[in-house]
Amino acid sequence: MLNRKQEPDIHDAVDFDVTLKPYESFTLDNGVPVYTIDGGAQEVLMLEWVFYAGNWYEQQNIVAATANFMLKNGTAGKSAFALNEHFEFYGAYLNRNCYNETASVTLHCLAKHLPDLLPVVAEIFSESVFPQNELDIYKQNQKQRLEVNLKKCDFVSNRLIDEYVFGIDHPYGKYTSTKDYDALQRESLEAFYQQFYKNGRCMLFAAGKLPADIGTQLNKVFGQLPFNRTEMPAVSHAFTPATEKKYRIINDTNGVQGAIRMARPFPNRHHPDFPKVQVLNNILGGFFGSRLMSNIREDKGYTYGIHSYLQNHVHSSAWMISTEAGRDVCEATITEVYKEMQLLRDEPVDAEELHLVKNYMIGSVLGDLDGPFQIIGRWKNYILNNLTDAWFYNSLQTIRSITAEELQALAQQYLQPDDFYELVVI
Amino acid sequence: MIQYNRFTLDNGLRVLVHEDQSTPLAVVNVMYDVGARDEDPNKTGFAHLFEHLMFGGSIHIDDYDEPLQRAGGENNAYTTNDLTNYYCQLPAQNIETAFWLESDRMLSLAFSKKSLDVQRKVVSEEFKEHYLNKPYGDVWHKMRELAYTTHPYRWMTIGKDLSHIENAQLDDVKHFFFKHYRPINAILVVAGNVKTENIKRLADKWFGNIPMGEKYEHRLPLEPVQKAPRLLEVTADVPVNAFYKTWHMASRLEQGYYNADLVTEILGGGGSSRLYQSLVKEQKLFSNLECYHFGSIDAGLVALEGKLVQGVKMEDASKAVEAELDRMKQEAVSEAELQKVKNKTESIIAFEDMGIMSRANSLAFYELLGDANLMNTELDRYNEVTEEQIKTCSQQLFDVNNSNEMRYYSKN
Repeated sequence: MLNRKQEPDIHDAVDFDVTLKPYESFTLDNGVPVYTIDGGAQEVLMLEWVFYAGNWYEQQNIVAATANFMLKNGTAGKSAFALNEHFEFYGAYLNRNCYNETASVTLHCLAKHLPDLLPVVAEIFSESVFPQNELDIYKQNQKQRLEVNLKKCDFVSNRLIDEYVFGIDHPYGKYTSTKDYDALQRESLEAFYQQFYKNGRCMLFAAGKLPADIGTQLNKVFGQLPFNRTEMPAVSHAFTPATEKKYRIINDTNGVQGAIRMARPFPNRHHPDFPKVQVLNNILGGFFGSRLMSNIREDKGYTYGIHSYLQNHVHSSAWMISTEAGRDVCEATITEVYKEMQLLRDEPVDAEELHLVKNYMIGSVLGDLDGPFQIIGRWKNYILNNLTDAWFYNSLQTIRSITAEELQALAQQYLQPDDFYELVVI
Repeated sequence: MIQYNRFTLDNGLRVLVHEDQSTPLAVVNVMYDVGARDEDPNKTGFAHLFEHLMFGGSIHIDDYDEPLQRAGGENNAYTTNDLTNYYCQLPAQNIETAFWLESDRMLSLAFSKKSLDVQRKVVSEEFKEHYLNKPYGDVWHKMRELAYTTHPYRWMTIGKDLSHIENAQLDDVKHFFFKHYRPINAILVVAGNVKTENIKRLADKWFGNIPMGEKYEHRLPLEPVQKAPRLLEVTADVPVNAFYKTWHMASRLEQGYYNADLVTEILGGGGSSRLYQSLVKEQKLFSNLECYHFGSIDAGLVALEGKLVQGVKMEDASKAVEAELDRMKQEAVSEAELQKVKNKTESIIAFEDMGIMSRANSLAFYELLGDANLMNTELDRYNEVTEEQIKTCSQQLFDVNNSNEMRYYSKN
C-alpha cells in the first residue's frame, strides 16, 4: 500500500556538483573580445554586441536611450522600414537595450541566415543617420507612452524610489519627463553615436548552435570597424540620496491599490556580504516560499505578490522590497514587512527553513544555467561586473555553508528600519 | 522534430515522455482540460481561482511548495479560457517528489476553508492590479462582451465581476474539482533527463490508483455568425484616445486558423508590418498599433489595438485602418511578403522549442487538441498557405458584418 504521507527520498541539491560551463573566447582584428558558448539542440543562436553607451555617459537626459533605440531607424543606405524588413524577412529579431553603464544590440536568428544578417548589423554600427522625421515620430510617441505610464502607480513608484536612493542626477536615479523629450536634438544623438558606438568600446557575446566558422564570419564583418581605439572618458557621478525617508503620494485619487516600495542602499557585488545577503534576501522575499510571501500574500491576502531583491547595478546596489497591495491595507503591509525584518534580527532561522532555502537556491542556479543563452547571460553579467567564475563558485559555497548565526548578524546589520526609504503611491 | 513516447494508464491518464539527456533537469507538466470557457456564467473566474487553491494543500500533504523547494524545484501554473496548466522543474534525481505532489493533488485537495478565504483576497488583488487599477484595464472585458453574445469566451479568465470571486463557496470548489480534475480529463508530460521505463513505473505507482472520473465533454454553446457590425463607445479617465477592433476567426484546428495567424503577422508583426508602417510611420495616426489573435481553441478573435496620436479624429483613424484591410482583401500579397511571415513562423517555433519546459507545455497542449504529433507538423501547415488563401481569409475576416469596434475616448 502506497504511503502518500511519506515524502520520497531526495538528493540534497546542496550536494550537487554544479558547474558553470567556461566560455571560449577570441579577439577580432580590431581588439573586440568575443565570448562564446556553443550548444543547444535547435538551429538557433544569439549574438549580443555590448557598447559602453549607457546613460552613464550622456550629458543630456535620455540621449543614450534614444540613440540606442534609433540605431535601426535608418542608415545612409537603408530606411527604417528597409532595415526592419531585412531582419524580419529572415525571421530574425534585432533588439536594442539601454542600461546604465552599457547599451546593447541583440540578434536572435536561425544559424543558416547569419551571412545575410551580419553585414546589415555592421551597417547599423557604422552608418546610422538618425533621420529627423524618425526622431519626431519617436518623440511624439514616447511622450504619449509616458503620459499613459504616469497614470500607473507601479511605474511612478519605481521612478521615485530610485530617485530617493541614488539622487535625481545619478544615472541610477534619474528619469525622463516630457521636457526631456522636447529638448532632444538629432545633433546630440549623432555626436553620442559617433563617440560611443561607431568609435566606441564594444564586446561581443555569442551563444547557441554556432557555425564552425563563426570567428571568421565575425572578423570579416566586424574586425575592421573602428571600435576600441579611443579611451573611454572617465565619468563619475555622485550619489545624492534623499534625507527624508518616508513618502506617501496620491497619484490617482480613485486608485484601488497602492504601490509600496521600501529600499536601502547596498554595496555592489565586490562586497564580501553580497553573496551572503542573497541568501538572507531569499528568506525574506526572494521566492514564493519566502517570509514576506507566506505572511502577506498566503496568510493575509493583502497582495497578489510581494518580492525583495538586490538591484542589478555595477557601481552600487539597493535592497528593494516591492509590492502592490489593496489601498486600505498598504500601511498594514508595511507594518508586516518591518515585523518580518525584526523576526530575522531577533531569532535565528530554524534549521529546516534554512535547509529548504539552500536546496531551493542551488536548484534554481541549476535551472538558470539550462541552455546556452542562459549560460552566456550569466557570463556577460560577470564580465561586465569585472568578476570571474570564482564569484560563481564562491556564491555556491556561501549558499552551502552559511549558518543561521551569520544570517542573523547580517539581518541585524542590514535590516534596520531606519535605513529604509519607504514609499506608497496610490 | 520533437521525439516522445506516449502511453495511457488504466484510469485514462495520458502520459507523454520527452527524453533529453543534455539537461540535468526534469519538467513535470500536468494539463487539465478545463478553462474559463467551462464556467457557469454566474460563477465566472472560478477556473482561475481554483488554480490558486491547488497550492493550498492536498489530502495527504499540507503544503505543495515546501517539499518541492526542498527538492530544489520551482513551479507555477496558469489558466486560460481553454485550459489549466501546472508545471514544475526540478533536478532530475528528485523527480519522484513531483510525482508525489502532483498525484496527491489530483487524488484530492484538502479543501481548506482558510485557503479559500485567503486566495479569494489574493485573486481580488490580482483583479485590481491588472484590470481595475490600470488605464484601459477594462478594455478586454468590454470587448469580449461586445464580440461574443453566446459563447463563454464572453468573459475573461480573471472573471466577469469581482463579486463572483468573492462569493465562491467551498461546495463550489469540491464540485469543480471532482468534475474536472480527474485522470480522464488530464494529460501528464514529463520531459528532460528521464527514461520512459522509469516514468512508466512512477506514473503507475503514483497516479495509477486515482479514480478515473467521468470524461468531461465541453458542449459549449456555439457563437452565432455575426450579421452586422457592432460599435461601442467608451469614455474614461485615460490620457489618450484608443482604438480597438476585433473580428471572428477560425478555431484552432481549421486551416483558417493558420491563414489568420499569417494575416495578423503581415498586418501587425513587427517594424516592417503593414499597419505599423502605414499608420504609425507614414500617416502618423497612431502612436502604437498591434494586430494579433487570441490563439483560442474554439473560434477566436483577431484583434487590433492602438492609441491615437493627439489631435487625430477617431473616424479618420478607423477609416485608415479600413483602407489597409481593404488592400488585404483586394490585392494578393507578394510572394516575398508571404515568405517573410513564414520565415518568422519557422524562427518562432525553433526558439519556442529551446527549453524543456516549453517543449513539455507544447506536447501537452497538442495532446489536448487531439494529437501530440501536431507539434511536429505545425510548420508544414503554415508553409502550405498560399497567396490566394491569404486574400480569401482577409475577405472573410474583415467583412464589415464580422467586426466589433470599440472607441475609447479620453475624458480630458
